[in-house]
Amino acid sequence: MWAPGQEKDSVDISDRRYDEKVCDVLIIGAGGAGLRAAIESYDRGAKTLVVCKSLLGKAHTVMAEGGIAAALGNVDPKDSWEVHFSDTIVEGQHLSNWRMAEIFAKEAIERVYELEKYGAVFDRTPEGKISQRAFGAHTYRRLCNIGDRTGLELIRTLQDQLIARGVPFIDEVMTTCIFRDSKTGRVAGAFGIDIKTGRLLLFRAKAVILATGGSGRVYQVTSNSYESTGDGIGMAYRAGAELMDMEMIQFHPTGMIYPPGVRGMLVTEAVRGEGGTLTNSEGERFMSKYDPKRMELSARDVVARSIYTEIMAGRGSKGGGVYLDISHRGADYIKKKLPSMYDQFLAFADIDITKDKMEVAPTVHYQMGGVRVDPETAETSIKMLYAAGEVASGLHGANRLGGNSLSDILVFGKRAGAAAAESAAAIDLPSVDGGEVEKEISRVLSPFSSAGGANPFHVKEEIASNMWKHVGIVRKAEDLEAGLAELEKLREEAKGLKAVGARAYNQSWTDSLQVLDMLTVCEAIIQSALERKESRGAHTRSDFPAKDPKWLVNIITVQENGKMVRRIVPVSNPPPELQSLIKEDD
Amino acid sequence: MIETLGVTGEGPKEKRVVRLKIKRGGGRGTTPPHYDTFEVPREDGMVVLNAVHYIQSHLDPSLAVRWNCKAGRCGSCSAEINGRPQLMCKTRVDSIDGDITIEPMQAFPHLRDLVTDVTANWKVAAMIPPFTPMADAGDTFTFYQTDVDRSREFRRCIECFLCMDVCHVVREHEADYIGPRWVVKAASLDMHPMDGLNRSKFMKDAGGLGFCNITKCCQEICPEHIVITDDAIIPEKERVVDRHYDPILWVYRHLRGEAKADETK
Repeated sequence: MWAPGQEKDSVDISDRRYDEKVCDVLIIGAGGAGLRAAIESYDRGAKTLVVCKSLLGKAHTVMAEGGIAAALGNVDPKDSWEVHFSDTIVEGQHLSNWRMAEIFAKEAIERVYELEKYGAVFDRTPEGKISQRAFGAHTYRRLCNIGDRTGLELIRTLQDQLIARGVPFIDEVMTTCIFRDSKTGRVAGAFGIDIKTGRLLLFRAKAVILATGGSGRVYQVTSNSYESTGDGIGMAYRAGAELMDMEMIQFHPTGMIYPPGVRGMLVTEAVRGEGGTLTNSEGERFMSKYDPKRMELSARDVVARSIYTEIMAGRGSKGGGVYLDISHRGADYIKKKLPSMYDQFLAFADIDITKDKMEVAPTVHYQMGGVRVDPETAETSIKMLYAAGEVASGLHGANRLGGNSLSDILVFGKRAGAAAAESAAAIDLPSVDGGEVEKEISRVLSPFSSAGGANPFHVKEEIASNMWKHVGIVRKAEDLEAGLAELEKLREEAKGLKAVGARAYNQSWTDSLQVLDMLTVCEAIIQSALERKESRGAHTRSDFPAKDPKWLVNIITVQENGKMVRRIVPVSNPPPELQSLIKEDD
Repeated sequence: MIETLGVTGEGPKEKRVVRLKIKRGGGRGTTPPHYDTFEVPREDGMVVLNAVHYIQSHLDPSLAVRWNCKAGRCGSCSAEINGRPQLMCKTRVDSIDGDITIEPMQAFPHLRDLVTDVTANWKVAAMIPPFTPMADAGDTFTFYQTDVDRSREFRRCIECFLCMDVCHVVREHEADYIGPRWVVKAASLDMHPMDGLNRSKFMKDAGGLGFCNITKCCQEICPEHIVITDDAIIPEKERVVDRHYDPILWVYRHLRGEAKADETK
């Protein structure tokens, strides 16, 4: 069963050989979206293969804490999909695709009950139903939760389903590009690296689903995992797919600030959901100035900007943040409802949150933008290439509600899996051009023969610090231009990235390859942020502080003749019966 | 090889730098196994993984380490730190006096530097009879918070596999025992309020539960504080005994005609 200490093979540095894997549906990424897509595709009879960059079960989904939003109405019977739809559109500042929001609000309910049938154990109401907690800017108590470990339970449940079905998967594979059929323009497969051994892999597939997550790691202070480097967005862009709303980056209001090694680590919104209060250095509950009605449970963009404003006005805490306090709820309650937060502060910061205040500041958390998709099928602008979850755009508009991402990944993961499997059944396996494969092999292996000496870890840090400095929570043209200029310098530096050591598990190699896509993501964010001359949701411009109805548009980013260009398209209005559901909260 | 930094500042050197001795190489086709020593500037609240990242970006980019969330949630950065299986992201540098030695987990095949191949776990996971709702479970489940609390502990597992690393049965005897992580998984399914299976036959035979001789090392090192031996392994052993070795229960079940319905509760 086990082989302790056995030594595994690595591959010679210049070895150009590759293994070929053939399937109907290739799924890249094994977070919630990828796993749910895989289950659907497999259950519909498609030959399915899942590859993911980290180990199975480690995807960023595992970090989701507070809960999964779905209008079950278990705690507040007045809740309904209609209200959830309205909340999603309103907090997205009307940039969301209305059809995605409609599908999402309706199907989130089935997906939660399905997850329970798959074996997830949710917290309960006294009547024995799935319990639901309050969260920022949700009209009703709507977040089904598993303590503060909802993401862990979700991913483990889906992972168990994947394993029980015997769906083939290979973990620790980094995909490097998407191939298209030169005749039809349809997707034809992908190329990748088996990280464990350093072997190269060619995937031939009729359909490919991107479920690669976001790109929070392009920022210095982020709650995101190592693997959230925007590879999926970069690969889709390189293949010619359209990106949308790239300027919309969510800053979570509460990240840890001390000690330096954990700066950015998430402090769940559930702390505020359970009654946590925010105060400044003067002891003032400052949210009363910014949103007296919803206070700490205002929308994430509002709370994040409020904290930022307090810090900038010199009313910050000793460590440069603000105070968050839950100690009034008592030790037993906190340990039961927020066990991970209790452990996290004790282990990393020597702070007992049942007695003392936390110090927090905004941290980059989520990317609302991403690859543009069809609302019904999650198909991108490339035929048979699908995208679901954080890598896709359209549902969250200018600001995502807490808890909506976990239901997003299930709803659209399932839809992508279904659409990919059904379309794949109707076509033959496309061909991958041999010349393209050879070109990709040369590109992928180039960091080993690089004449430069740039350290990829160091360049990644510089990229992230540039974004944090110039493209932060409050933006202006001057800073954005400076960020763009710095990005060009980094692009030059990145040409000399050097991989050192053997091919097996070599991060100086895989990280070198990630840098290209990180630069693409950064450029798209900055260009789109420059384009949008207003403040809306997560996008705040100090030089254009007002919201402007003229900007009720989505900004599309696409590659044309090797250059990044933008197109502006108006947001389509919902039909009257849905329009009438939307209730502005003033 | 000693990589030394031009460290400036006040106070004795040991207060300003952390010395790390790291097991390198290994894995056919890489360099032969050896130890490298690095010195890294000490920071407030620094964890071992911070120090390893400093080495990658300033001293030696070829150092291989598996990590992901850096927040103690994903269970990727498992290693043996001064001989004790721990998560690098959760082990504070200031909790250790003197030099820090980091080695890969020894219970699994070695890939390179601090990274091992843990994929054998997925084969074992596939052996365990999966969650199967009771026949009368209904379309939406009704159960209570007390039922939830009973299995919550096991569901905290982050699959860091440190319990597998410390288990002498897995590590030294190569026995056909699924190991502590997978007993915890079975326990989480058995304790699921709506699960309709009895896994005791599996645990007795293919699971090799009898190999565990209750040394309790696994529960000592679990970073999620799951009381693996007392709360999962021993009750699972008791289920095996009740179902397969208790003569009175055996006769009772036989009389009720349940003897063959081995895999339902």
